[in-house]
Amino acid sequence: MLPPFEIHQPATPAEAVALRARHGESAALYAGGSELLLAMKEGLGAVEHLIDVKTIGGLDTLALASDGAALVIGATVTHRALERSPLLRSRFPMLADMERQVANVRVRAVGTLGGNLCFAEPHSDPPTALLVHEARVVLHGGAGPRRLALADFLVGPYESALGPDEILTHVEIPLPPPRAAAAYLKFGLRERPTVGVAALLVPDVARVAVAEARVAVGCVGPVAARLPEVERALSGLPLAALEAGWPSAETSGERLDAVGDLHGSAEYKRAMAGVFVKRALAQAARRARAAA
Amino acid sequence: MSGPPPPDRRLQLSTTVNGRPVTLHVVPEALLLDVLREDLGLTGSKRSCDVQVCGACTVLLDGLPVSACAVLAYEARGRTVLTIEGLASEERLHPVQEAFLAASGFQCGFCTPGMIMAVTAMLEEAPAATPAEVREHLRGNICRCTGYVSILAAVAAAQRALARAGA
Repeated sequence: MLPPFEIHQPATPAEAVALRARHGESAALYAGGSELLLAMKEGLGAVEHLIDVKTIGGLDTLALASDGAALVIGATVTHRALERSPLLRSRFPMLADMERQVANVRVRAVGTLGGNLCFAEPHSDPPTALLVHEARVVLHGGAGPRRLALADFLVGPYESALGPDEILTHVEIPLPPPRAAAAYLKFGLRERPTVGVAALLVPDVARVAVAEARVAVGCVGPVAARLPEVERALSGLPLAALEAGWPSAETSGERLDAVGDLHGSAEYKRAMAGVFVKRALAQAARRARAAA
Repeated sequence: MSGPPPPDRRLQLSTTVNGRPVTLHVVPEALLLDVLREDLGLTGSKRSCDVQVCGACTVLLDGLPVSACAVLAYEARGRTVLTIEGLASEERLHPVQEAFLAASGFQCGFCTPGMIMAVTAMLEEAPAATPAEVREHLRGNICRCTGYVSILAAVAAAQRALARAGA
């Protein structure tokens, strides 16, 4: 059973922002509800007002930006819409693959990407995969819109940089560099992932060596994060060596700020991160070597 | 001394359940599962895990499988809800129900309504789903009795029956 609350139906981002300002901490933004309603069943937070962002027009868009440089995903686009999007499948195949692995078909039918990012559940797939795509969030507040790199938006477990007078309206994902190839791998025995790893490799023109590498690990620490030292070490390495299995990957989780929880100890999660960084790099390297 | 009566917090909810238009008055926090079971007497959809992991409460909202235990009844406004009770016609069971019966795709039966709704939604969209796709689709529907073998056999039989019916 859920505690009593009132549902508000803003028509514009400005109305939603005004509702947040009026009701403060007793209000929660509500999209799919797949995280929020479960948390409320557990008695977390005294939520007396649900602000239904699905009644705001224009937040269900899923299209390339007018300049063609980025994919724009409205805050109320569901995981299901993303996994099935021809645009995502052709331009961001790793993201479509990741979305297909989120929770189960019922969660994907109602859960939204915007809600997922705002809820900031640490054991979640999308943030990790979006980090290697250098995604941005668009936030609307009383002072107008602002853009924030996803890495700066993700602050900690259940904590984002969303201001008390703001709502997230869109997620923007820049088109990857030419020849880039990516992979997302997850592991877990429970409903939520224990470890998620994303790798994106930009090969040189000959598709022989790594020109740029991006690696992110999620679920292990308080928040999904890139691994800059690992990325630097990968620069210039032959793709064939990565595809065969890069031995140094095994220790790539050692410097992670790992948190022991129900999914396993900090030590275990660091070890698993290394295993899956190695596998994700191998998969991305194989894709990067294949001709476009 | 008694004050004024509390304001009526209920929302008017017009929806279609199993093909029949219904208008209800529900509190905003009412879950779809409770409205179906308590207000409409449709007890086929089951409450089990209550955190949308197990699938026993699966119903179709505009054709898509959702966890009725974690969806507000409010979300059904202006939309169509299909539960296990709405699947059979007057004369006969739905082909997926018949296939589950023929293949004994259940033991205790508690997961079966949700399982059948999930399978029905999948076959509506992907009648020729491969065994791997079937397993992936049903990953979120948990059965503690059968070991899933007879369920997967039932799905394959339903696919054959629907293909014959459509041929």
